[in-house]
Amino acid sequence: MNESPFSLFVSACLVNNFVLAYFLGICPFLGVSGKLATASRMGAAVTFVMLVSSVCAFGIHALLDAIGAPYLQLIAFIAVIASTVQLVEMFVKKVSPALFRALGIFLPLITTNCAILAVALFQTNKGYGFVQSVAFAFGAGLGFTLALVLMAGLRERLELAKLPDVVKGTALALALAGLLSMGFMGFAGLGGGAS
Amino acid sequence: MSARHPLVVQTAPFLHAALSTPRLMREVALAAVPVLAAATWFFGITALLVVGAATLGAVGAERTFGPRSATLPRGRSLRDFSAVLTGILLGLTLPPGIPLWMAFVGGAVSICLGKLVWGGLGHNLFNPALVGRAFLQAAFPTTLTAWVPHTNGDELLVLRSSTFAWPLMQAHIDGLTAATPLARLKFEGHTEAWDALLLGNISGSLGETSAIVLIVCGLVLVWRRAFDWRIPAAILLTVAVVSGVLWGIDSTRYGSPLFMLLSGGLLFGTVFMATDPVSSPATPRGAWIFGIGVGVLVVLIRVWGGLPEGVMYAILLMNAATPLIERIAQPRPFGRGRTT
Repeated sequence: MNESPFSLFVSACLVNNFVLAYFLGICPFLGVSGKLATASRMGAAVTFVMLVSSVCAFGIHALLDAIGAPYLQLIAFIAVIASTVQLVEMFVKKVSPALFRALGIFLPLITTNCAILAVALFQTNKGYGFVQSVAFAFGAGLGFTLALVLMAGLRERLELAKLPDVVKGTALALALAGLLSMGFMGFAGLGGGAS
Repeated sequence: MSARHPLVVQTAPFLHAALSTPRLMREVALAAVPVLAAATWFFGITALLVVGAATLGAVGAERTFGPRSATLPRGRSLRDFSAVLTGILLGLTLPPGIPLWMAFVGGAVSICLGKLVWGGLGHNLFNPALVGRAFLQAAFPTTLTAWVPHTNGDELLVLRSSTFAWPLMQAHIDGLTAATPLARLKFEGHTEAWDALLLGNISGSLGETSAIVLIVCGLVLVWRRAFDWRIPAAILLTVAVVSGVLWGIDSTRYGSPLFMLLSGGLLFGTVFMATDPVSSPATPRGAWIFGIGVGVLVVLIRVWGGLPEGVMYAILLMNAATPLIERIAQPRPFGRGRTT
């Protein structure tokens, strides 16, 4: 794969947005998108974890290839992601206890956010180089943040609306995600890649 | 202040503008009538049928699922005329050869998913007509991109067999198909002459072909103050400037600014879709940001995207960003500091 880092970045951020095109990481997308301030910080946390785990995954993949133990890949990725999340958790708890309380269970749950594991697996399977991997992970994180922030803005506005009973709660968030996803279809084929 | 009530204490406002929601909706719908007439001239009687089917779908959905309260029966919300307008506008964005049942479904989806689910009139996050259009585009991509040639009044009463296709059956697109000017630029590198674009002697969606009619309708609506003039001004200026820069770099690959402004759904979307007062920002600064965002996205999708046309998606995406834009474009109350 000889795609340029920039086209990988655009692809992961907009065209193949992890939330709105691949439908990965829906759990925090629905859970933390109620408030704009929380959503943007959650996005930053996820982006950070994605970047760190992407860099580590690149090294781990090379290491496991060298010692001939590729079957350890998945478990090693999970371990890296979990420890990165632990790091973020300690950092957030120390720096901003209020944010720590606001994120609640969703902060440790970044560990099980499938979007992060997907970044590590995609970059390994597609054989991206180091710079490509970092661009890919950064685009994915930024795309996740974008989706989360757009969603939070829309949901905050809907707080004043008289919603019909059928769409209160999760149904509303899912319907909204569907419409956002339809909007993101417009980016199909952007950056010269195959649509 | 009649004799029986010598003293009535009232609170502001004391002056009422004559403008009401139904009146605004009717004015915009009236402005769409010349567009519909042009569509009928260029594509024959099917234009009326398609727009009629979309309107029927929208009105039917509003009648069936519309809001109901203890005092008002279901269907009263039809009187604000917004469902009819949504149907007409959706119909005008559809290709001429589309089967009527698809237009009907699109109208119903516009109202249900685009408006009622979010709490009805005034709460829709996205432009309802565009939600219906995006739904149809995602569900029936081939039909929505099959353009029939324009006939210029020659075949005014000719009906196409694809118009009456049965629901969910293979729609037989008969006769010729003709690429839109934007598609020809993208896939064949051919640029249409500007006078054909201005008059509408091109293929495309029903309401988008005749630029001159759309410009006149838009100016009338601005004069009637039906919408904020900043949004169309910002969109058109941005598209002109960005495509002008690209054209200056390589005039063989990119269309000229005039071509970009007159072709595709840009003028129709600018006049009738982006200016929806609910789903676009209410503040003046927000309107500028919104318009610039739409303009940039339109050029981005047209030039680098896989699709030839991106006005619909550009407007939908900026609709999604509208709450965030309003947050950063909040006007500062007089006398307050920067931090509020």
